[in-house]
Amino acid sequence: MAAPLLEVEGLRTTFGSREGTVTAVDGVSFQVEQGETLGIVGESGSGKSVTALSIIGLQRPGRIVGGRVLFKGRDLVKLSRDELREVRGREIAMIFQDPMVSLNPVFSVGWQVAEPLRLHRKLSRRSAFARAIEMLGKVGIPSAARRARDYPYTFSGGMRQRAMIGMGLGNEPQLLIADEPTTALDVTIQAQILDLLKKLSQDFGTATILITHNLGVVAGMCDRVIVMYAGRVVESGPTIDVFKNPKHPYTRGLLGSIPRLDAKRGEPLQAIEGTPPNLARLPAGCAFHPRCPFRVERCSTDTPTLDALGSGRLAACWVTQSGIDLDGN
Amino acid sequence: MVTSPRTDDGGIVSKSEPILSVRDLKVWFPVATGILGRGREYVRAVDGVDLDIGVGETLGLVGESGCGKSTLGRAVIRLTETVSGTIHFRGSDITHVGGQQLRRLRREMAMVFQDPYASLNPRQTVGDVIGEPIDIHHLAKGRARQDRIYELLNIVGLSPRHAERYPSEFSGGQRQRIGIARALALEPSLIICDEPVSALDVSIQAQIINLLDKLQHTYKLTYLFIAHDLSVVKHISDRIAVMYLGKIVETADGETLYREAHHPYTASLVSAIPIPDPELERTRERTILKGDIASPINPPSGCRFRTRCPRAQNDCAEIEPTLSPFGPNHWAACIHPL
Repeated sequence: MAAPLLEVEGLRTTFGSREGTVTAVDGVSFQVEQGETLGIVGESGSGKSVTALSIIGLQRPGRIVGGRVLFKGRDLVKLSRDELREVRGREIAMIFQDPMVSLNPVFSVGWQVAEPLRLHRKLSRRSAFARAIEMLGKVGIPSAARRARDYPYTFSGGMRQRAMIGMGLGNEPQLLIADEPTTALDVTIQAQILDLLKKLSQDFGTATILITHNLGVVAGMCDRVIVMYAGRVVESGPTIDVFKNPKHPYTRGLLGSIPRLDAKRGEPLQAIEGTPPNLARLPAGCAFHPRCPFRVERCSTDTPTLDALGSGRLAACWVTQSGIDLDGN
Repeated sequence: MVTSPRTDDGGIVSKSEPILSVRDLKVWFPVATGILGRGREYVRAVDGVDLDIGVGETLGLVGESGCGKSTLGRAVIRLTETVSGTIHFRGSDITHVGGQQLRRLRREMAMVFQDPYASLNPRQTVGDVIGEPIDIHHLAKGRARQDRIYELLNIVGLSPRHAERYPSEFSGGQRQRIGIARALALEPSLIICDEPVSALDVSIQAQIINLLDKLQHTYKLTYLFIAHDLSVVKHISDRIAVMYLGKIVETADGETLYREAHHPYTASLVSAIPIPDPELERTRERTILKGDIASPINPPSGCRFRTRCPRAQNDCAEIEPTLSPFGPNHWAACIHPL
């Protein structure tokens, strides 16, 4: 098997806060294969966005205090700022949740889409702009040649996110990191953007890390999924298997919490009790144990390790590792 | 439109008298236009809406940003002025009532807002946040007031010891519980919930939805539940109204909308919503709409959805469709329905 495109190993990122040092990402490891779409899901404060930012060296004011980020065998954590800038925008592109704040209001959209082409491919202004128009067309901006001269405020939210995707994919990166790319958008626009991302990542053969809180989006988009809680990976595996038979009580809780469009009315949702923990005052043992309906004594003292369960699945749970099936089999 | 009766443990609800009845309601906001800002145009946020809500019913109001759903919610409890149309509450016309009458009406209706961070006064203790409506309406004082506040905290799953604390000390989910306690303080019969769970994490969302469900059964509440997320709306509602650009385009119960929507907008909305089931997601048919929602200042002629509609014909630009029946409690406004 070919080496993975990206290997994150034991990544730790900390932030200073009034309550002391907070470990936002606490020993996260995962791999991304060439061309695959990997989902990272979790709720606010789970560390999913900080993980993504740490991969490309944008974690400031946080600090990476441990671990490696091997991209095609090269450790990105060790690179200088200039070297990182070379990687970002050329080999790894990122798109963010809010396309309003990620575009500069004083430059035309085409100019901004052309910028990484000028910087990384050393294209002339003219040919970079021509390529930018081509990219805007590919992401579905109508009358791209004319719209390229317009400013971001004249674009709707969905159009701005299209432009961001065009900017990200212009240099044909091998990895696209999309952090909640559709969360700020209406659902019919979300469908347009997800459809576009799926089509383009196939056309360009780009691997994608899709960070989202929306399990429905993961179900439709991702080959594999990683579930994060309180800065750690609690479960990972092929999306179909994880959704069908979750191996961590938190994953199971999340799936039970969401109202499904295809569910019958009248069944109460299986809510997870309590609230996510404060990262500055994490409970001992498994961070999820105070909310976990399956907890055993050991969970409040020992932190579970992320162990392989076969068939590409991993879970950090003492209960499932002892062979107990969460659905009672 | 007829309201759907409920037959679960709330008992069969009278079909005769809706608690809230809205006819041809319009809410327009003026915007300045032209170089000197002297021109006058209007954002037609709500542009001719008919709506009935039965006693003890939950009516879900769903639509995308800018469709007018929140404005409609605010208009029916008289938080924003209307241009034309009527609002009847328990049979009496409340469209233009003021003074004492409006005050009395305020005891009957309450609102739960989306943002539990912005809707609670950070300088009030939780006890005072919840006690304020009790004070304004002179319902209780001293010990009785305190007991009522403690009772309300218990009802929403908080504890009396939280009364002395400030909103900033609570998480988003807990703050939404405080907002719900405040809404319940006057024992209202109708509660407008405007995106009450949209700002919350998934695991907390479920707790609040379950709480709202429980409260409805215990206190026989009527809800107008406004949200953009059709999955959430379908879970909690007896009946759903789908709004697009200031108008209601279809109403039915959730199951009917999911299985057999007649309006192309409803159908594309349903097909756009991801379902957390990877196998189902990979086989579902998707209708991907073209373009963005049109401007509510100059809405398209005829059917307002026609600019994005995959089924639009020439006559859609000329005929303004009205809600017509498609089955029991199922109405849609489309001249080329599915």
